[in-house]
Amino acid sequence: MGSGESDIEALLEIRNLHAGIDDTQILKGIDLSIAPGEIHAIMGRNGSGKTTAANIIMGHPDFEVEEGDVLLSGENLLDLEPWERAREGVFLSFQYPQAVPGLQVGNFLRKSVASIRGEEAAKGADFRRELNEAMDTLDIPRNFLSRYVNDGFSGGEKKRFEILQLQLLRPKLAILDETDSGLDIDGIKTVAAGVNAAIRGTDSAALIITHYSRILEHVQPDKVHVLIDGRIVATGGPELATELEENGYDWIEGRVGAESVA
Amino acid sequence: MPANQEAREVVGDYKAGWHDPENSTIRFDFGLSEEVVREISALKGEPEWMTDIRVKAYQHFVERPMPTWGNTPTLESIDFDKICYFLRSSQATEKDWDDVPEDIRNTFDRLGIPEAEQKWLSGVTAQYESEAVYHSIREDLEKQGVIFLDMDSGLREHPEIIRKWFCSVVPLTDNKFAALNTAVWSGGSFIYVPKGVHVEMPVQAYFRINAKNMGQFERTLIIADEGSSIHYVEGCTAPTYSTDSLHSAVVELIALPGAHIRYSTVQNWSANVYNLVTKRGIAHEDSKIEWVDGNIGSKLTMKYPSVILKGEGSHAEVISVAYSGEGQHQDAGAKIYHLASNTTSKILSKSISKNGGRGTYRGLVKVSPKAENCKLNVVCDALILDEDSRSDTYPTMEVANPTAHCEHEASVSKVSDNQLFYLMSRGHSEEEALAMIVNGFFEPFTRELPMEYAVEMNQLMALEMEGSIG
Repeated sequence: MGSGESDIEALLEIRNLHAGIDDTQILKGIDLSIAPGEIHAIMGRNGSGKTTAANIIMGHPDFEVEEGDVLLSGENLLDLEPWERAREGVFLSFQYPQAVPGLQVGNFLRKSVASIRGEEAAKGADFRRELNEAMDTLDIPRNFLSRYVNDGFSGGEKKRFEILQLQLLRPKLAILDETDSGLDIDGIKTVAAGVNAAIRGTDSAALIITHYSRILEHVQPDKVHVLIDGRIVATGGPELATELEENGYDWIEGRVGAESVA
Repeated sequence: MPANQEAREVVGDYKAGWHDPENSTIRFDFGLSEEVVREISALKGEPEWMTDIRVKAYQHFVERPMPTWGNTPTLESIDFDKICYFLRSSQATEKDWDDVPEDIRNTFDRLGIPEAEQKWLSGVTAQYESEAVYHSIREDLEKQGVIFLDMDSGLREHPEIIRKWFCSVVPLTDNKFAALNTAVWSGGSFIYVPKGVHVEMPVQAYFRINAKNMGQFERTLIIADEGSSIHYVEGCTAPTYSTDSLHSAVVELIALPGAHIRYSTVQNWSANVYNLVTKRGIAHEDSKIEWVDGNIGSKLTMKYPSVILKGEGSHAEVISVAYSGEGQHQDAGAKIYHLASNTTSKILSKSISKNGGRGTYRGLVKVSPKAENCKLNVVCDALILDEDSRSDTYPTMEVANPTAHCEHEASVSKVSDNQLFYLMSRGHSEEEALAMIVNGFFEPFTRELPMEYAVEMNQLMALEMEGSIG
């Protein structure tokens, strides 16, 4: 199967994506295809373009797409505003979630669910139950609902709140940008349980963006991609993450160099 | 209709901007003179002492120059000769909405007042132009001796109480606009809460200006006797005209020992109203006065709710928000005078400016030399939504006693792209996201309001954020 060919089965299809910020090109031709129900990981060092990829898919206005397509179930996402993408089923768990003082968590969750899943989904006892169950999975106490969005949250609380939103918003495609960073092993396990609950056994897919392989021990990826300097240089199964952990990014750079010579 | 069209051109989104046909029964010609002042008093059949106060106040108003601080160009643009100082639109203050003239009743229906009254209020007074057209109080409160009247009826029925307290908190020489109000006052509320009585549900006054070039000068006096408590809520709107109206109220609060008065306002005047108001309270021993003050509309507001902490252990709180849009200047703040020991005060001021609007915080906290162990806390936060808008802060603290504990914090912030993007990624349009940030910023104020007002406040701000993204 040629990488540039259209694949009707794909949930997310990225083709020849070139993109950047302030006239600096960061992504230099990315191709990626994720089928429904799959979990993929993109691994790379800081500055390799991981977060740019996440921001482009979600539609951050500061980034510019120079070339290429991003399709969700065959529909071009690049023409849509961020909130339209969210309503189409794209979700981004942020590396640095933003604080909104005065906006209560409970209120915000209800409004977001109403906006993405419809008014009915955010009403009544069913929503309440769903909310309580999701909070229990993530070890989030009830009084969390009356706090202000990300305001004064610890690093771990911010990440758990992102995953709580992931569970409630039920996206088709969840992108997790460095969700494991700054978490201890218990935090990673809790977050991983939340991701598994949201994705496994559904038609949804996830794209986990990470520097380290730790989270991938708890959320088994179907495919691992290695991103170096704006290009995917290697794709493999979960074993690629382990190899990368053992041998480091220099190893894969050397391997890629050798292949291109050969 | 040309008038409606004119209104739409001035302010597109202002919800309360309609006006009724003007069916006045008495309407004074434009302009002010001692004769006008005497006529107002005569028309109301007032005692001579009140007429004398009015005339003295008028003389002071004439002699007193315009303030030389604040937005002086806008102040100077007020044309006192093009204002109607008295307009009666109903023969009587009714106790039943069915007896209020139909078009006026419709207006208050549209503003949701009768509905609110049934649901969550202890009493309502509705003022239209110069006088109250409707007034009622729950029977049980009346039986406990609570007096809640419009000010004109109050003067007729309880002249001895009014004579004792009128101008005792805001003297007629206090400032030019307080003098003007004292000269031509009409309407407003008079409340007396007897010793130990707690009025559980708020009482509300609603002020509506309908006519063009109208001057509304209501006068409010609230006396909470020892150990009593009351929450008074005030709302105001006016139609949108291309010519200006003037709203210049005076509010005097007296909290006797151990009493608690909370005074909440959501001012939503149309953008052609000058809103120049003097609000002040005197707090006796162990009493508490709170001003919860929201300023959304008007062309220029100058308002600094004040508390004189006269009795030991008394407490003052002023929580205010101001929103300034295009062509608006909200010059607001607070003043607290710590005259007695162990008094405490808290000021929280939040302002948002947008589309070239201007927000000014002007505050004064004074601690007198004899007042020991006072605590004061001042926080002012400004949120500026675009490059054309402006925010200024003038905080003054004059502390003459070294045992005072003072805290002051100020911040100016902008909405960041990352904050908006975060909210948009959760399915909210850019306007909705902005409204969430703005309402969050005002939340410390909004949560102090009765729920119905809080909801209205959030809707108002969401409306203000519409069409703001370009």
